[in-house]
Amino acid sequence: MDIIKEDLVVDCSGMLCPMPVVKTSKAIKTLEVGQILKMVATDPGAPPDMEAWSRQTGHELLRSMQEAGKFVFFFRRSK
Amino acid sequence: MSKSDPNAPKRLALIASKGTLDWAYPPFILASAAGAMGWEVGIFFTFYGLTLLKPQLSAEVTPVGNPAMPMKMPFGSEGFQNFNWPIPQLIMSNVPGFNALATTLMKQTFENKGVASIEELRQTCLDLDVRLIGCQMTMDVFGFKREHFIKECEIGGAATFLEYASEADVQLFI
Repeated sequence: MDIIKEDLVVDCSGMLCPMPVVKTSKAIKTLEVGQILKMVATDPGAPPDMEAWSRQTGHELLRSMQEAGKFVFFFRRSK
Repeated sequence: MSKSDPNAPKRLALIASKGTLDWAYPPFILASAAGAMGWEVGIFFTFYGLTLLKPQLSAEVTPVGNPAMPMKMPFGSEGFQNFNWPIPQLIMSNVPGFNALATTLMKQTFENKGVASIEELRQTCLDLDVRLIGCQMTMDVFGFKREHFIKECEIGGAATFLEYASEADVQLFI
């Protein structure tokens, strides 16, 4: 799997709904269009929620994976 | 913004009608999630829900009116924390301060599990430009005044909410 180089990391470990979505949305606004945000979460509800967030906002979900017991997401700011 | 504009964001219109701690969560969680997805959001706070617009939040839970509410301890081993205490209604309704105790336990459990407080969620909603509308009629009935509520909220009535909700994609009564 190719390595994705992120421009910013936001750690939502330990947070439950809706904070991962809220923190991700706040963080991606600080990036330029085309830049990449990495988000780390432990909430088991994060994978379906982050997919829905991506569809609703249009920010592309480049990858969703599990790493060391955590959920890791990479988003590209689209607009 | 009118829905006739194809580029208009989606809209969520909520009615928050309850003022207890447990029922304060759904409107603020849904509103902040929708705001984070770029939706327009408005919440109409009516009847007991109106107290969620006070500067100092004092929402409590009452186990007596909620027989399905799990009674959990926010400390000790995992097995102890997951134990559901079978406390008789007779005790819950007669011991002074039981609501305050249950409220403290619920707040601590929520904090331990990583749930944001109502204060944090309300501030998140404000940061996301969620419209918070207090019900004028409820104010009149209970003798509240504009200055009893946070300055960021607006005051309106049924027509104000219905006009907003008529152009919403999702409308929920909580």
